[in-house]
Order: sequence, then C-alpha cells, then structure tokens
Amino acid sequence: MSDVVRAPSAIDPPPVLDLHVRATLASGERHFALDAAFVSQAARTALVGASGSGKSTVLMAIAGLLPGVRGHVRIGARTLLDSAAGLDLPARERGVGVVFQDYALFPHLTVLRNLEFGVRRLGHRAAPADLAHIEALLDRFDLRALRDALPRHLSGGQRQRVALARALAPRPHLLLLDEPLSALDIPLRARLRIELAEMLERVRVPTLLITHDPADVEALAQAVVRIDDGRVTGATRDAAVCPGLSSPASGSPG
Amino acid sequence: MLTPLWLTLKVAILATLLAGAAGIALGWWMAHRRFAGQSLVDALLMLPMVLPPTVLGYYLIVLIGRNGVLGRHLQAWFGINLMFTWQGAVIAASIVALPLVYKGARAAFEEVDGRFAQAARTLGAGEFEIFVRIALPLAVRGIASGLMLAFARAMGEFGATLMIAGNLPGRTQTLSIAVYDAVQAGDDAQALWLTAVISAVCATVLVISGRLLRARH
Repeated sequence: MSDVVRAPSAIDPPPVLDLHVRATLASGERHFALDAAFVSQAARTALVGASGSGKSTVLMAIAGLLPGVRGHVRIGARTLLDSAAGLDLPARERGVGVVFQDYALFPHLTVLRNLEFGVRRLGHRAAPADLAHIEALLDRFDLRALRDALPRHLSGGQRQRVALARALAPRPHLLLLDEPLSALDIPLRARLRIELAEMLERVRVPTLLITHDPADVEALAQAVVRIDDGRVTGATRDAAVCPGLSSPASGSPG
Repeated sequence: MLTPLWLTLKVAILATLLAGAAGIALGWWMAHRRFAGQSLVDALLMLPMVLPPTVLGYYLIVLIGRNGVLGRHLQAWFGINLMFTWQGAVIAASIVALPLVYKGARAAFEEVDGRFAQAARTLGAGEFEIFVRIALPLAVRGIASGLMLAFARAMGEFGATLMIAGNLPGRTQTLSIAVYDAVQAGDDAQALWLTAVISAVCATVLVISGRLLRARH
C-alpha cells in the first residue's frame, strides 16, 4: 500500500477562487477584450490594475452582472459559470455579495430594511435565523443606533459599514469589494482601512477586492493579482496566473 | 343636477386606473428594453396627446364601433356594445390619458440608478421583485404626477368621448359635455354652476395629491 499515487485535485481542498473569464465589450467605436484567468488560495485577494484595465469588469463577470461571459468561475467547490457545460447562474443565484464603489444603498429603505433586502423575498417573511443573523451584523458593525436611519443621513464610513453588512446578510460564499475606500476623503480613508481590515478578518468570507492603492493591498489582502488591459499579467504569494490561459489566445479586436 | 359630476368622477377614476396600469407597465418595459422600431412604438404611444380628440374618436369608432374591427366581434361573441355607453367613455378617456402616465413613468424609471437594480440582483431579487421593491418606490413621484395629470385630462375629456359615448343626459353626459350642452341651450345659470363644480373638484384633487406627495418625502 505504499507509493500510492493520488491525484492532487482529489485530496487538496479546491482553490478559494478559480476563474477564467472572457468577454468582449463594445461601446460605440471602442472594443475591450477581457481574457483573465487566475486561481487564488488566499482568503483575501486583491485585484490591482490601472483604471481601464478591466478589474471592475472581472468583478461584474464574477457577480453575474455582465452578459455574455464565457469561461468558468468557481468558488471553492461551487461552480457559478462553466460555459463549456452550459452553466451560467443568474446573479440572484450566485451567492456573491458585492460592495459597490459608491455602495449603492437603497435610498428609500432604512439601514435595517437595506440589510433585510437579501433575506426577505417578495411576499415572504424573513426566516428567524436570518433575522438573528442581521441582529448580529447590526452589533458587529456598530449599526444598532442607526437601524432606522435612511442612507442619506449617514456618513461615508457608516455607509461603508451598511454596504458591507448588507452584502453579508444573505451569507454569501464570496465577497466582492469594488474600490471599497475610494468614495472617502483621504484622512478618513486611512482610518477606515484599518477598520475594514478588522471587519474582514472577523467575517471569514472569501474576499476579492479591487483597488489601485498599494496601502489597501498591504492592509487588506494576502494575495495580489495584477491585471493589465483585460489580461492577468502577474500574481504574488497565494495567487497564481493560470498557465497557458493568460497568454494571448484569442485576438483582441481593434 | 349632480349626475354629470358622479358620472365624470366614475369615468375619470376608472380611466386613470386603466391608463395607470397600462402606462406604468409600458413605461417600465420601454425604459428597460432596447429593440428595433422602439422609437416608432414610443411615437405611437404619444400619439393620443397630439392628435385632435375627434380624430382619436374616429379611430375608436373604427376599432370598437358596432361594425368596428373589434366591436363586431365583441358584439357577436359577448353581446358587448361600447358605443353610447359610459364604458365607452372610459375607453376614450383612458386612451387620451395614457401618454401622460406612460411618459411620466418612463422618465421616472429611466432616472432610477441602474446600480440599485444590480445590487438587488446580487441580493437574490428577480426582475419583478426589483420592479416592486426598488423601481416603483424610487419612481413614485414621477408616476404620481403622471397619474394626476392623467386624471385631470380624463376629467376634461370632450371630443373623443362625445364621438364614442354621445351626449345622453344621465347616461353618458359628463361634466364637460354638459357645460357645452348648457351653453348651446342658452342656460347660463346651469353652465356657470357646472363650471364652478368642475373647477372646484379639479382644484381639490390637485391640492390633495400635492399634499400626499409632500408627506411621503
């Protein structure tokens, strides 16, 4: 029974994040070809790149908010997209929480109603377990005193906490943060970066965040993936560029 | 004396409900779909606002008249005749009021930030749920002002109503037609009284709906 050879994939846990997304975006005369592939073993991965490099597009592709994406997206053992197998879950079934750059809090709903949105379907009540989870989130993110406030009465930092709590309320399998600190002014940014790092440390949901600020990477991420003109050009530590996938395979138009 | 008032209110309320349901649905649909010939559909939906009401009335006669394209079958299959009935007046008022709801609703839906719908999708909401829980509440002001204008337009409808429903006192004679009738008959006292009633009702509706709107926000 010695020298048993086992396929590594059968015993190792699947990577936290394993994706290869391809899409062509056209806007008037301009074309943008996205062809990005990487795997990450880290709990928190930063996706970095210049503006216009396609990092937000990757996020939208993972969340299922971009139509016509080919390739695959896997979170742990869950497959969200596998175009070869004809699988393409709609955004509402992906279980991916998104914190948008401007937070996109529902302006007509209180903090509590914003948090409840993802666990209360139309015509149904929220499950007691979900309501208990939301109560816990209100405490964890120090939002209890603000539960009946409308988003327009909140400060930038409070909005960020509400956006994070709202994304976490339906217990997502992956958390996506789109430039989580860019909506804040510089002095606030430094303070909230530390706060966000602590919050992410506590929630234990795999996270992919986009940023172009090295300080964010240092404070928030354990692995870094670099994207350039729609392609992954480098990765550090626990993340890896997929061999053979990021090399120019399909011609980019224009 | 008050019969034309009740008839007018009944016709205007039902027409506002009909035009409201159709206008909101069409406004949502046109705000979120892109298809060939869309501007043509838009123009068609706005047509009742620019066409002379008598032309509209004639179209309706061609459509739902006794020998009309639809009217013939309504009569043969269901025994329904809409000509010279208050229900016919409701149809006429709905058509003239529709563009006001549609235009207001479409503009209001287009103003709702698409990010909210995206956020709602990632939180598990389907498209109908987004419509009910996000788009409708955020577009409520534009829709409400469209409904108000539609109601006022339906209250004052004259030309198309006259052609479809006629001028049958107690049955299809609405306020605006009764005013015309009274003036033609030289009954100035009656005309003055009806004019005062319709002015008071319209002003009341505007004040109440204005208050309701402000209270919401």
